[in-house]
Amino acid sequence: MQDEPTPVELTKSVADFLRNDITPLISGHQAFKLRVAINILDLVTRQLTQEEGSDAKEVERLRALLGVDGSVTELNRILADRIAIGETDLATPGLAEHLWATTMDKLAVDQPNYASYKRELSRGG
Amino acid sequence: MIEVELSRSVARWCKGATGVTGAAKLSGGASQETWRFDIVHPDGVIGAILRRSPKGYGAAPTRAAGLAAEAQLMQLAFEAGVPSPRVMHVLTAEDDLGTGFIMQRVEGETIARKILRDDTFAAARPHLARQIGGILAGLHSLPLGKLPELRSRNATQEISEFERDYRSLNWPKPVFELALRWLRDHDPGPSAETTLVHGDFRNGNLIIGPDGVRAVLDWELAHLGDPMEDLGWVCVNSWRFGEIDKPVGGFGTREELFAGYEAAGRKVDSARVKFWEVMGTLRWGIMCGGMMQRFREGPDHSMERAMIGRRASETEIDLLRLLAPRGS
Repeated sequence: MQDEPTPVELTKSVADFLRNDITPLISGHQAFKLRVAINILDLVTRQLTQEEGSDAKEVERLRALLGVDGSVTELNRILADRIAIGETDLATPGLAEHLWATTMDKLAVDQPNYASYKRELSRGG
Repeated sequence: MIEVELSRSVARWCKGATGVTGAAKLSGGASQETWRFDIVHPDGVIGAILRRSPKGYGAAPTRAAGLAAEAQLMQLAFEAGVPSPRVMHVLTAEDDLGTGFIMQRVEGETIARKILRDDTFAAARPHLARQIGGILAGLHSLPLGKLPELRSRNATQEISEFERDYRSLNWPKPVFELALRWLRDHDPGPSAETTLVHGDFRNGNLIIGPDGVRAVLDWELAHLGDPMEDLGWVCVNSWRFGEIDKPVGGFGTREELFAGYEAAGRKVDSARVKFWEVMGTLRWGIMCGGMMQRFREGPDHSMERAMIGRRASETEIDLLRLLAPRGS
């Protein structure tokens, strides 16, 4: 077991430093790059916070859908292959719900301000 | 100093020009650059833009039409009344500037979010969707006999090409697989009519002023194909920049776009437009994957490129909204 502060707390402290102390000092293209850097750290913080929980649920859904066991990466590969050969499609019970839940969990990490995501979230997640 | 070569060049083809000033690079990768500069002339300064591949970078990427073709298309568009910058000079070996062309600078805004939000464009915004329809109709009416040599792509070939690009990323994405299946199942086949297709006509590649669209830019993906491709691409959600209820670039409705197109004497096939919108959404998603790959393996190890890789999920939610809408 590693010591604390946790990776989330450490990453967040760097993001806050850049946001609060460095942003006011920088302008032009470097300011744009600094914003990108802060966005990256915020994304990493969200992923560290949410990934474990969302991956566990994704694996559970994939097992039920595919009838096999494996890692989240392996199961995604199997699902992708089955859709590619037409064995699984939107008529397969649970596929649409699974893809929606998985995609919403990805957007929650990648781009929580994306307008399509916010619209779908307001429809009940 | 690029101003030395530019001064020598303008002296040859711009009568009365005495030199150039204010040369500044606007954008540039390894193989292609855009510069702005002013031509000094007794009648007043002439704003100009240089698009070029520097010396030693002649080869264009496979999908690109090439700078010579781009110059020819912009000039044809200009002459046909499609808003376009006037091409002033196509570079020759004597210019010693590489390959490319010099065009007149058109003042206005290209940054999509500013066009969608700034007061300057408030009066123009409600008319843009219809105006874009008319511009696309004009562009699709350019006579095939006058066009430079361009690659030709129908829907079936495009699906195969994107599938190959996607598989080469080794990036299994169930939503992309679903989209590829949908595209194969809904492939409309070759279109009845083959026209010039701009290939990247969208909010962000248009110069817009308070009076509307002033110029269509970025012709490097021009090809021959189904004219409905351009109508579908301009509606892809990624180019609405948050204004998701206004499909045409965040400006307005499909009905306005189609009305502008048909008022200019051309027919719309809305099922084909929808097909190309799905294709376009997947296309941008796969391009995001390509950016991730270039970040990992290539010379461009920038944060910006890395973050574009994380935008693929935006196209996944948009594909689901198109193909498996909820509550329906």
